[in-house]
Amino acid sequence: MNPSLLWPSSPLALTIEPPAYFHDLNLDRVVEGVVGKLEFDLRPLFYTPLQDLEAIRYRQAVVADLEQPALNQALWTFTQAQHTLREHLERSQKLSNPYQRQGFFLEAAQVYVDAVRALEQALEENSPSAPAWRRVTAYLKNYTASPAFQNLERETQALRQALAEVHYTLLLQGDRVTVRAGGEELDYQGEIELLFARFRQGAPKDYRVGFSEWNTLNHIEERILEGLVRLFPRVFAELESFARHHQGFPDPVITTLDWEVQFYLGYLDYCRPLREAGFAFCLPEVGTEKQVSLEEGFELAVAQQQLAEGRKVVPNSFSLEGAERILVVTGPNQGGKTTFARMVGQAHHLAHLGLAVPGRSARLFLCDQIFTHFERREAAQEMRGKLQDELLRIHQALSRATPRSLLVLNEAFSSTSLDDARFLMNKILQAVARLDALAVVVTFIEELASFSETTVSMVAQVDPDDPALRTFRVVRQQADGKAYALAIARKHGLSYPQLKTRLALSRTASLGGSGEGLPALS
Amino acid sequence: MKVCLLFPERDFDFTLPAPRSELQGELTLDLGLDVLWAAMAQGDSLVRQVVERVMLSSLEVERTVVVYRQGILRDFLQNTGALEALYALVQEGLASEKKARHWAYSRSPSSVLLRALEVMGLLLVHLRRLRAWAEAMEGRLRSQGLSQLVSSLRRELDEAYLREVEEHLEGLAFRQGVLLGAELGPGLKGMGYRLLKPKKPEQSWWQRLLAPKPPAYTFTLHPRDESGFQILREIQDRGLNTTANALAQSVDHILGFLNQLRSELAFYLGALRLYRQLEALGVPLCFPEVADDSTCSFQGLCDLALALRSGGSVVGNDLTRGSALVVITGANQGGKTTFLRSVGQGQLMLQSGLFVGASSFTSGLCKGIYTHFKREEDAGLKSGKFDEELSRMSRIVEHLQAGALVLLNESFASTYEPEGAEVAYQVVRALMEEGVRVYLVSHMYSLTHRLYEERQSGAVFLRAERRPDGSRSFRILPGAPQRTSYGEDIYQQVFGSFDERTKVGGK
Repeated sequence: MNPSLLWPSSPLALTIEPPAYFHDLNLDRVVEGVVGKLEFDLRPLFYTPLQDLEAIRYRQAVVADLEQPALNQALWTFTQAQHTLREHLERSQKLSNPYQRQGFFLEAAQVYVDAVRALEQALEENSPSAPAWRRVTAYLKNYTASPAFQNLERETQALRQALAEVHYTLLLQGDRVTVRAGGEELDYQGEIELLFARFRQGAPKDYRVGFSEWNTLNHIEERILEGLVRLFPRVFAELESFARHHQGFPDPVITTLDWEVQFYLGYLDYCRPLREAGFAFCLPEVGTEKQVSLEEGFELAVAQQQLAEGRKVVPNSFSLEGAERILVVTGPNQGGKTTFARMVGQAHHLAHLGLAVPGRSARLFLCDQIFTHFERREAAQEMRGKLQDELLRIHQALSRATPRSLLVLNEAFSSTSLDDARFLMNKILQAVARLDALAVVVTFIEELASFSETTVSMVAQVDPDDPALRTFRVVRQQADGKAYALAIARKHGLSYPQLKTRLALSRTASLGGSGEGLPALS
Repeated sequence: MKVCLLFPERDFDFTLPAPRSELQGELTLDLGLDVLWAAMAQGDSLVRQVVERVMLSSLEVERTVVVYRQGILRDFLQNTGALEALYALVQEGLASEKKARHWAYSRSPSSVLLRALEVMGLLLVHLRRLRAWAEAMEGRLRSQGLSQLVSSLRRELDEAYLREVEEHLEGLAFRQGVLLGAELGPGLKGMGYRLLKPKKPEQSWWQRLLAPKPPAYTFTLHPRDESGFQILREIQDRGLNTTANALAQSVDHILGFLNQLRSELAFYLGALRLYRQLEALGVPLCFPEVADDSTCSFQGLCDLALALRSGGSVVGNDLTRGSALVVITGANQGGKTTFLRSVGQGQLMLQSGLFVGASSFTSGLCKGIYTHFKREEDAGLKSGKFDEELSRMSRIVEHLQAGALVLLNESFASTYEPEGAEVAYQVVRALMEEGVRVYLVSHMYSLTHRLYEERQSGAVFLRAERRPDGSRSFRILPGAPQRTSYGEDIYQQVFGSFDERTKVGGK
């Protein structure tokens, strides 16, 4: 079997359409960021989460080896060379001038041979331990030892050498052009530079002009080349025969390797700005236990944007212990609740691709499906219709969900009355709890935070000194709805200890004041 | 080629930004430097810029540099015609660039080359004149800097070299066509176009006729093949790119050399102009001596800004031996500030390599000169003024190092005296202990008396003279601080006649 960096055994059938939750979790933005610059459409790979642990670990091992900078760099160089190779091959077929076609064919051969050799050497030097890399290494070793490859390599180099030795002169006299083989004419520009060297000082202005470079020959260049063919007949005859005899490259396995590598490199490249800014990524421990956790994770698409705009990226953590299954996220508007929920969903999807997830460490659940419910803003129907639609969608998700599923519910029922929302959310949470699935629920109904022993309350924080400032930190905390109010009270000097002190002062100032007592602290 | 008229081994870098400009603004104001610079420039903005830059960059300087510049300035003062002639020559050379017909570098190497060739041709004339100046000066200029310049002009611009340049300029007109070398790049596209030198016809015509010709392939463009001509021009341009660049840069370098020469000469031209004006005003002028330690002594030191402004000679002062701390007290309007200013000017002019307005002046070099003068014009809130003074002092302290000179003029006097004196005392004490030279003008008796009582390491105490009749001589003489500052005298001066007339007071 041919070696693959993606599949330990036979490949999964790739999904062509993005999963339903992709947009809700901002994964579409992430994937566009990753594949946008790539030559191949690798989207289907990102749409197809792996279902078994062995396949996930197979890819994780590939990723772990890519942490070696030398290997990583070598693979980048390899993919770039493959790109150049394709360009040259295309030219060797499309261009009209036959000598040029042959010239680019030779160029392609050189790039190909060099790229294969460089990759072989990089793998040998860095000896990555992943099974996938070992298979690739073995394959390359075999391939480069084959007579076909060695023949190609040898002849390419010989011919390139011969062409590099073609030096010629052009004498331009008005409308006359004379082409001659280069002799021992003296370099004039160096002489001129030497002549004026005594005046040289500092860093001078550069007067050189940039020229645009085209690959095709224009008619004048063709005539010059015609002259060169006559002046150097042997070299051009060899070139012609080379193009006829070496049509057997590139090897299909190496072509496949190119885009498989790009799956990993594209994602690494996308994450690089955040990694360079000091944000951690890790290979998650994926398992069938529901006690999941993530330390200093973040929502990838939002973090990327915040970093680019020079804003602060705030990592968040969570962990579920024992019977805990449901994260209930509450707190002020625009406080980072939705972003937190997306982070949990994203981490799971990325983990199922076998990739690193944002965070210092992660223990994630091997789930069979991810379901999301985000408010559809575009559906501006009457309230009843909208509520019905929401319920329908949630029902659909719940009926397809299994105990091995992950649900991300964001601000459901925000457009109904508080009583309705409270009632419906209670019902839904009961269903989720019965199902024993994992869930993240963002809601404004704070009492849901203490729904049962399976729920964990996460509260988006505000800055205590300036309650108007969101910190985007989401912390495991009792949701009593008081954190925000208390911060405002403190700002005005009305917190309990502040009031005690102030009242004590005013008490001493005016003894025998009013008998109004303070309410007891609960 | 280097100019090296301000430093023995390098050109003055006028492109560097002036350091600590904020503090230099204070220095300029407090020492009245604008008046000096205006006198040096006489309306010439280049001279003005140069003298300002050079003097302010001389706040820290090596002894060798001072001696070097003094030598050049002496030479020029003795050969004033030489300086003015050279300056005019350089000006004309620089103007030749503007005379070129091909006035702007366009984007093609051919036109870059064309213009460079033309300007270079014009410059050759002026380079020859420069050499002629140098030949005429041989033996007349004795300073290290100028004899170096003379000999390097003669050496670098010798006739053989200039002829060779001319020949090359002729060759670059390409009357026999352009010969390029090239190789084959990817896809058999020509690359690496470069200009080659055609072989000189060394053999006679019949030898050439009989010699085997290398095989050649020649083609001719159809006269209407306009795109073909366009392409040929581009190929030629590729080949000329480096050469055009080298030549255009050489033009720049020669212009750069002339520019540098003009700027460095401008410093001496400014000095010459100042010298002439002060001489006419009867101000004593001398070349100062650099002492090895931080002492300072002088005779007849004048405030040049005052002399220039008043248009006459002014009272000079003597200091037999200055030390790390000089305290000046005495009568109001008795010349204390003028004295302080003249010390600062003298020190800065010494360090710049200039003459000093005194009959003699000796001082050690300082690592920076700072002024902290009372701001009279500061009409801000009273409470804010002391704060402003402190923040100014703090800015100075950020830059201070041992060996600096600090001129304090009525510092910290904008607050209640005992407190101001305590602050000032602590500042002065700390500065002295850190090896900073301090000249202090103060009428805070509690401060000056305290310093007098301590008499740290030979501190010098001077006092503005008050004649027995109460009039001021504007002379600063040795003397211990005294309790009164003769405000009464000034009151008398101002109100005296008034009082007499109204018969309210009088003695």
